[in-house]
Amino acid sequence: MDATRIVVLGAGIIGAACARELALAGFAVTVAERGAPAAGTTAHGEGNVLVSDKEPGPELELAKLSRRLWPEVLAEIADRARPAAPRAATRTTTRTTTRTTGRTADPVAAVEWDPKGGIVVATTGDGARELERFAAAQRAQGVATETLDAAALAAAEPYATRDFALAVRYPQDAQVQPSGAAAALLADALRAGAVLRTGCEVLGAETAGGRITGVRTSTGTIGADAVVNAAGPWAGETSRRLGAPVDVRPRRGEVLVTAPMPPTVFHKVYDADYVGAVGSGAGDLQASAVVESTRAGTILLGSSRRRVGFDERIRPDVLAVIAAKALRLFPSLAGVPVMRAYGGFRPYVPDHLPVIGADPRLPGLWHATGHEGAGIGLSVGTARILADLILGREPEIDAEPFRADRPAVPLDPAAASGTAAPAEPPEPSQGANP
Amino acid sequence: MTRHVVVVGAGPAGLGAAAAALRAGARVTLVDSAEHPGGQYHRMLPDAYRAARPGRLHHGWDAFDRLRRRVTGHPRCAWWPETSVWMLERSAPGEPRPPRVHVLRGPADGSGRERRVLEPEALVLAPGAHDRALPFPGWDLPGVFTAGAAQALAKGERVVVGDRVVVGGAGPFLLPVAASLLEAGASVAEVLEAGTAAAVARGWGRRPWELASQAGKAGELAGYAALLARHRVPYRTGRAVIEARGDGRVEEAVTARLRADWSVVPGTERTVTADAVCVTHGFSPQLELPVAAGCALRAGATPEEPFVEVDADQLTTAPGVYAAGEVTGIAGAPAARAEGLLAGWLAGGGAPSAPELRRLRARRDQGRAFAARLAAAHPVGAAWPGWLRPGTVVCRCEETDYAALCRAADDAAGGAAARAVKLGTRAGLGPCQARICGPTVAELLRRRAAGAPGRPAEGLAPATPHHRPVAQPIRLGELAEPPRESE
Repeated sequence: MDATRIVVLGAGIIGAACARELALAGFAVTVAERGAPAAGTTAHGEGNVLVSDKEPGPELELAKLSRRLWPEVLAEIADRARPAAPRAATRTTTRTTTRTTGRTADPVAAVEWDPKGGIVVATTGDGARELERFAAAQRAQGVATETLDAAALAAAEPYATRDFALAVRYPQDAQVQPSGAAAALLADALRAGAVLRTGCEVLGAETAGGRITGVRTSTGTIGADAVVNAAGPWAGETSRRLGAPVDVRPRRGEVLVTAPMPPTVFHKVYDADYVGAVGSGAGDLQASAVVESTRAGTILLGSSRRRVGFDERIRPDVLAVIAAKALRLFPSLAGVPVMRAYGGFRPYVPDHLPVIGADPRLPGLWHATGHEGAGIGLSVGTARILADLILGREPEIDAEPFRADRPAVPLDPAAASGTAAPAEPPEPSQGANP
Repeated sequence: MTRHVVVVGAGPAGLGAAAAALRAGARVTLVDSAEHPGGQYHRMLPDAYRAARPGRLHHGWDAFDRLRRRVTGHPRCAWWPETSVWMLERSAPGEPRPPRVHVLRGPADGSGRERRVLEPEALVLAPGAHDRALPFPGWDLPGVFTAGAAQALAKGERVVVGDRVVVGGAGPFLLPVAASLLEAGASVAEVLEAGTAAAVARGWGRRPWELASQAGKAGELAGYAALLARHRVPYRTGRAVIEARGDGRVEEAVTARLRADWSVVPGTERTVTADAVCVTHGFSPQLELPVAAGCALRAGATPEEPFVEVDADQLTTAPGVYAAGEVTGIAGAPAARAEGLLAGWLAGGGAPSAPELRRLRARRDQGRAFAARLAAAHPVGAAWPGWLRPGTVVCRCEETDYAALCRAADDAAGGAAARAVKLGTRAGLGPCQARICGPTVAELLRRRAAGAPGRPAEGLAPATPHHRPVAQPIRLGELAEPPRESE
């Protein structure tokens, strides 16, 4: 019997993670990508795997799940990528073998998984009180936190400001190199039988009996029993083309990259006002200092948030604000040259929660998008939940808050054609499901 | 109000543009990262040398000197030396204004640089080119120089890079470099042109009448050839440096005879004792500012070596932005000057019907024809990657070797995206920001991808290595300070 065919739209980190889970679950997965893999939002972030910036609620639960899954997923990928490993052979389809021969590099080295921990620094009294309350609430939800006194902060971050009100360490925070992470997830999906089609732009949906039966693309129609919209900030446009629009919009961000440095910043260090900037829905510039080093020795400085549509011009005044805020946390970096700047678009939803689940208007269409700036970290948890939902399994955490028809995601009423019930879960292929 | 023209680059093209814009009645701000005007062609000695004969080693010095004094001394010209453009801020789509020009004034290694913003009515980009060096085993050893760097040291500092130098590569630039080295006191062991004698002759001889217009250039080259002969320096065609060897620095160069496609003829390897190797394989235009301004590029000899697209008036596809000189095609100083004069006159609001423009356009067109001939006479042979070994460093900043690059390119998922290869290997992400290795890395990846079976080609389009919104490094402290008011 032929496997159920699922087309994943988008080969960013969310699409890659979803393709991997679904291919491993035995579905016949095609990943359709308009440009090149991991070239959009995925390539323009910082690689955050954070629990520290999530307030108690559904996003924190998804963050905790993802944080637990990351090391497991990377271990599985490393395991499967070893060509001779007999354990891997039992979990993959026969199409795998030809793809893995000749592979010599460590398949997960490029992910640069680094559980370095985060440190949140409040520089004002108000900020300190807010951070204290925030951290206590997180602690109650099982997040590890640790208050640092002046000596402890100086030991952890010798170049950070001494002029601060409160510093809290979050040992669970981690970092990946996002393109490397997406490439590793995608490579694993391909090993599990998924097929990648690049240069393949979505034009519209094929439907029959009110159900999606395929995707029309610039390189032909791809038949599908289910379609996953993982197009990130372009998910709004993609869903419109499919006839079931969800309101996902771009939110601009910029990052500065310094020249390579000897080790100077040891954790992900950010200003306590970051949480407020993330949570704000304002369209004008929100900026907050986020400072961290990469394995290459460069220091990444974020972050900015602006709602300017898809205007990709980098603005010097925004870079100046980022620099000024970063220097408040690390005054000693004033002489360090900025070598490069890049900007990207986050997929933004007004209530700052991702959209994960079935589209009630068009059975067979699923969404996995709207992660704003947290998609790298949340990708593996999102993929696991989505696969559970598609398979009709109970997800490990409550997926209800992420559903596509919640009030904060205004579905276009014109497109809601009376089919209110979620789609029946399609059957995966026999035998391949572990 | 007087029209304000900003000219970036004070080489032959930029100086010409500034002079013509002033003549058209405009107010001009001329910026260059160097201490003196002249660019690479008329590189001047620093003031500290108090040179008695600054024109030594220079061609056309007197004319240049007059032009430079006329421009920098003009009451409507603000000459901003040691000024780097770190960003061009494009106007909103549909707004027909050139970008705002963000600069830092002051020595690059100094601490007191000042941030300024210029808002011109027209912008002339004449940033020039730097010479391109293809990698080969040992090219990262101390003692290997780009020919441009060696010439800059000889002309600008009167420093020679070694006692016994091998000069190799392709193109007529080999001769002036060797001449500069000889005049500055070095011994040149040999000059190697990688192109075969037949290829060079074919390129130069096909339309000899076009050369007549560049007679000055030809005379200049003849002078260099005579100098080489006087010093008994052999000039060999169809031969290249394929390896540099030494313990911690260059001690010898391995040369070999090349076929027309630059593959090595086996058994022709020779070892030459040398303490320095200077290489040049053509020029890479400095495209980050045109790209930042939104100018469209046109294809060059390979997809990785594009030039700025300009119309008959030197106008780019970006509103109010003109381009002149080597960024529009590698044609040498006289052509660059003609392009600059034309661009500056029109950018400054001069009448397009002015009679002297006809002569300028003719000179510019001859320059472009000359550029096409240069490119045809000295193409980079497609088989050059055959010189590489797995351990040959391709990106010097990040020490990415050829094997790592190939591995990343061959990875099923990563290979589908040049960006992933770049981020995975860090090739092109170091302090030079791919200025040196960018075209090379992009070319190697493109070829690698084309040669690998069963992979969708459409996903392998290389991201342009010229996209550098931060065009020059800026310190965090400088960036955090608000700029002095716009003008």
